[in-house]
Amino acid sequence: MSVLGPDLFLVIAAGVLIAGGAFLVLERSLTRVAVGLILIGNGVNILFLITGGPRGGAPIVDVTPEEAMADPLPQAMILTAIVITLALTAFLVAMAHRSWQLHRHDEVQDDLEDRRIARLAAIETAQERGDIGIVTLDEEAAGVRDETADIVEEHWLAEEDVR
Amino acid sequence: MTWLVPLPVVIPLAGAGLAVALGRRSQLQRIVSVVSLTSILAASLGLLFTVNDSPLVVQVADWPAPIGISLVADRLSALMLVISSAVTFCVLLFALAQDLALGDPDSPVAIFHPTYLVLTAGVSISFLAGDLFNLYVGFEVLLGASYVLITLGGTRARIRAGTIYVVMAIASSIVFLLAVALIYSATGTVNMAQLAGRLQEIDPGIKLTLQVLLLAAFAVKAAIFPLSAWLPDSYPTAPAPVTAVFAGLLTKVGIYGMLRTQTLLFGEGPADTVLMWAALATMIIGILGAVAQTDLKRLLSFTLVSHIGLMVFGIALSSEAGLAGAIFYVLHHITVQTSLFLVAGLIERREGTTSLNRLGGLARSAPLLAALFLVPAFNLSGIPPLSGFLGKLGLLQAGVEAATPLAYVLVGGSILTSLLTLYVFAKAWNKAFWQPPIDPTQGTRLPAGMLGTAAALVVLGLALTFAAGPLFDYATEAARDMYARTPYIEAILGSTP
Repeated sequence: MSVLGPDLFLVIAAGVLIAGGAFLVLERSLTRVAVGLILIGNGVNILFLITGGPRGGAPIVDVTPEEAMADPLPQAMILTAIVITLALTAFLVAMAHRSWQLHRHDEVQDDLEDRRIARLAAIETAQERGDIGIVTLDEEAAGVRDETADIVEEHWLAEEDVR
Repeated sequence: MTWLVPLPVVIPLAGAGLAVALGRRSQLQRIVSVVSLTSILAASLGLLFTVNDSPLVVQVADWPAPIGISLVADRLSALMLVISSAVTFCVLLFALAQDLALGDPDSPVAIFHPTYLVLTAGVSISFLAGDLFNLYVGFEVLLGASYVLITLGGTRARIRAGTIYVVMAIASSIVFLLAVALIYSATGTVNMAQLAGRLQEIDPGIKLTLQVLLLAAFAVKAAIFPLSAWLPDSYPTAPAPVTAVFAGLLTKVGIYGMLRTQTLLFGEGPADTVLMWAALATMIIGILGAVAQTDLKRLLSFTLVSHIGLMVFGIALSSEAGLAGAIFYVLHHITVQTSLFLVAGLIERREGTTSLNRLGGLARSAPLLAALFLVPAFNLSGIPPLSGFLGKLGLLQAGVEAATPLAYVLVGGSILTSLLTLYVFAKAWNKAFWQPPIDPTQGTRLPAGMLGTAAALVVLGLALTFAAGPLFDYATEAARDMYARTPYIEAILGSTP
């Protein structure tokens, strides 16, 4: 194994885990994001394991001769990282559950600013064409699960007040 | 005096444990929090005056330096600790006054105090960490606590905002961990003192990759454009004291990470140019975002992002003057931004909204509140002779000294940002304080405790102006230490038992 340098299998495993995790993190559902983050976390931990250099015996004095020992430092650090990831994942899953309790879904919402812009743009194009009555795809997309609605409304109300 | 070094970490953690145990006795819990934070403040002040000869180092559990965990306090750490503990202390008093006034038995106060103390401990660990992995742990401790605080109460809006915040923060932590793993793989150590030497010996390409990875992780935490979009979307929904302390401290911990690693580990290099551009983009785009806002808290969040750019500018200059300017600006910005968010909290409490379209006539109906808003707003915009002006002046001088075309562009960008900040605050002031009230009903009376603590923080911001001379000298010395590098390295590696 030492001829190959770091264990090739571990490198591939880390790559697959991180790639798969990155794919899942880009999903809408918080549960999938959580799974994705777990995968990436594990991938990075495996990577950390590789950094310890070639395989060796258990790093315990009197059990393994010193030159045959594996580097114990990355192992200690991985252990810490695992504990941290565990705690944070638990929190994330709890948050997904709370989101489900409140909204019956756990989808991550769009950025407030993005939706506000999308909404204003949709209203503007509708006004330009004078077909405000007809709901276009754009308008519908802008309005889906949108809590900016009250902010935009508030904005209009205030503008009217000023006038 | 090395016994002072671990105190800012140990006290809040012990306090947090005690506060959890006292979960049902809120009076005792409050006492524990106040006592813990007071003693951290005292310990940090003690450190500030004792680190002058050489950095103080504690090898935890007596494991010698490259292997064990080292806690290091140098001038920069001490300065950051003092300002962070002063601000957390003020915000705690504000929170106490708020919940005494609310008197709501259902509010999840039981969890607030322990979490807040853990947050403080995380911040202290980050400032004192002598190795990269410990810095990572410090970040995780404070972020873990911040996840709980930002979703406090678990309401609809907070869960929505919290989701974005938590996912972004975890993703950036993973990048940080990845960087630590790769650095260990390249150099065989995570101890910063040892890294300072070893990183200079490896291939420059690999070194640059490692640097960029670390910078990316810190940039998310410090909210540097283009990695800043999460901040204005998540901060404003949290309770006022929480937003205030997040805005003041958490982004600055990211900046601290950059300050430390850029100077000690990497030094000058091609990454500086990228940082310069990032700083410019952060300033300009941040402040333009603020111009477009109609909600005071969101507006403040955007100004926060924008002014992070100024600190990055200081770091990217890679000169002693730039660094000193950045350090002074961090001190100024922590206090001022926190006080502005506290005042926004007060306005929300009084009027029930922070929408600039609904507020009005506050200058007449609440003159004290108006003064509390105006002073830090002027301070942030950099009106002479306030500390914001002095901090910006320091950075601009450093920029002119550097005398590269890019530095001049950044100087121009900083001035533009300051002017736009003034414009933003003038707009907010006109709408919330000067325009005739839309709804002339009398607002809720503000508790004296909340007003008092917000005022104390504003005064602290002003005190920075009066103490600017000695503080700037101290910051310059801190910057000199950081460039000299040897005192830090010798303090860690030389004191092996």
